[in-house]
Amino acid sequence: MKKTDVIIIGGGPAGIEAAYDLARNDIQVILFEKEEEIFGHMNMAATLFPNFQDASEIRNILLQKTKHDNIQLFKKTGIAKVYKEDKNWHVKTEKGEEYAAKAILLASGFKTFDAKYKEELGYGIYKGVITSVEFEEMYKTGKILTPYGKAPLRIAFLNCVGSRDEKVGNHYCSRVCCINAVKLSIEAKKLLPDVEAYCFYMDIRMSGQFYEELYRKSQEDYNVNYIRGRISEVSPTIDNRLQIKCEDTLSQTPLKMSVDLLVLMIGIEASEGTSMITKQVGINGEYSFAKSLSLHSADNRTNNEGFFLAGTCKRPLTIPETMADARAAALEISYFLKSESE
Amino acid sequence: MSKQYWKDYQSAVAEDNYYYERSCIRQSFFTGSEEIFLKIVKDVLKKDIVDDMNLHTCSGIGYYSGVVPLDTTMTVVARLFALMTEAGYKNFVPSCITSFGLVNEMVDMWHHFPDKLEEIKGYLKEATGKEFEMPENIVHPCDIIYKNRKALKEKMKYSLTNVKTGKPLQVVEHIGCHYAKIFPRQVKGGAEFPQVLVGMIQEWGGEVVDYPERRHCCGFGFSQYLVLANRGYSAANSKKKFESMQPFKPDFILTNCPGCNMFMDRWQYTISETEGITYDDHKRGIPVLTYEELTGLLLGYNPWDLGLQVHQVQVEPLLDKIGIEYDPKDKYVGKTGKQLKEPEKPMNLKV
Repeated sequence: MKKTDVIIIGGGPAGIEAAYDLARNDIQVILFEKEEEIFGHMNMAATLFPNFQDASEIRNILLQKTKHDNIQLFKKTGIAKVYKEDKNWHVKTEKGEEYAAKAILLASGFKTFDAKYKEELGYGIYKGVITSVEFEEMYKTGKILTPYGKAPLRIAFLNCVGSRDEKVGNHYCSRVCCINAVKLSIEAKKLLPDVEAYCFYMDIRMSGQFYEELYRKSQEDYNVNYIRGRISEVSPTIDNRLQIKCEDTLSQTPLKMSVDLLVLMIGIEASEGTSMITKQVGINGEYSFAKSLSLHSADNRTNNEGFFLAGTCKRPLTIPETMADARAAALEISYFLKSESE
Repeated sequence: MSKQYWKDYQSAVAEDNYYYERSCIRQSFFTGSEEIFLKIVKDVLKKDIVDDMNLHTCSGIGYYSGVVPLDTTMTVVARLFALMTEAGYKNFVPSCITSFGLVNEMVDMWHHFPDKLEEIKGYLKEATGKEFEMPENIVHPCDIIYKNRKALKEKMKYSLTNVKTGKPLQVVEHIGCHYAKIFPRQVKGGAEFPQVLVGMIQEWGGEVVDYPERRHCCGFGFSQYLVLANRGYSAANSKKKFESMQPFKPDFILTNCPGCNMFMDRWQYTISETEGITYDDHKRGIPVLTYEELTGLLLGYNPWDLGLQVHQVQVEPLLDKIGIEYDPKDKYVGKTGKQLKEPEKPMNLKV
């Protein structure tokens, strides 16, 4: 069994940021990532809202941080079990290896909503219906095309797919989709200035710094149209487009239009890892996210001494929020280790 | 392609021993459908099904139109179950989609409100002296056909192939709201991607037309039609569907609900008379079949014994496409062999 000061589960922005802050405080860290690549969902991003910073710049910064001497990074290492024994936390990997540490930081992140649950939106059935993640991947290639290889004439973005939706059991807001739709619609217009872009929404929630400004810019400079209404139905047309229906709830009229691409802004859910580990250690909260000791005063701690939380394993967060939360978690863990050694 | 969740939505279909509940409106509109279903189950599938002469209305149309109160409706359904119990059956098979939705809804309400069930049992006992057992399986006949579609295919004389071109026939399918929209998880494919008619069409050689207004209302919608002043709205909804499917040149429309079948058939006449519009290239309209009529046709039953001559849009062009043999002279020969009077011809819709 290998021993260390802190084990971090999850090599996304939260895990890496916390690992680095611990490492530069002379704390030995083992960082586990289940995938072949680190960075988690940040791998999919081409640019970051609201300033369109190239996501690869942030990935490079994070990559450099993982190279700190006090960090041991294990990729392709899924976690099977987490438990506490003799005041130490133990982690058993899926490969059967065992590790022990004085503290654990859970940074196991989120998964995106499976849009196939919203059957009426036709994801997985009609080729032109794609997710926001798939749209971003297409944007990264420098070309946005219909499934039939043509430049789209009209693109619709639909917010709240799997968020604020009683039918799929997710009552909460995923927080990042509104601004992400603004970003994606501008990206579409940058590549295809003549494309018509429509964003369908329930409420536009622009709570972050510069979000409102970007929302305004998308309308004034890029001519993105915003329609308040949820798309209720998607069907194919004879010319390989998609017919969408919704009620424009501001004008109180039914609306029907044909589009070439429908981009579903899929929401955030607790990842399988988050759900599994939080159940194992008894901190499984609402919607299977991890439950912190106190939202206001101890948000990185849990009711299990030595078990800490960072990032989107707790709830939907933006990347800056996630990284700030990770730094706070690292500080909490430093205090904890110090108090243990005294 | 990863998992499609609607494939998990399935109905439970009993293997045998069915208690058939006939429909009020289906016997009037599609005169051969119920008869042919009973024949197929008994003679082709060799299963036991009872056609009870004591049956009565389920009161569903009255209930869904807001005319018959809930307690009355529940007691009527309880009496239907009592007749099934007396006949010694446990698998209730309502012919009509309205009945299917209604009995499922009542059973669900009784499940959630057991006190109500006891109250209804009391009403039934007091009024009729009858008692009843809850059905073990409530299954729609279309699910029985779907379940046995492969076995039926082996006995079919024809397939859904255009004998002149060798290509699959293009079929529009439309399921009833009360089949899939009240309890979507208990029907094949759920409400968004119902598979019951799709499965029959594809198994028997046809192709399903996926057109923009596929999920739009057929036009019946109870109060859309039942309230006289709303009937224009009913026809307008059907028209929207016809206009949407027309470019795909469907060979026929297949339904499992009396409302859908009735209105998609008869409104084609109304639209042709009022606006001069028909929805195929030869001004004949798009034929509308029930799933029993289709099964019977492919098995080789005489089209005129299936009651196809009482449809508004006439089916001869479709029969010719499939290659079905029929004698035009038999079309209006009654059950006793007597030649009946031919119906008046519409102004615009060719028959």
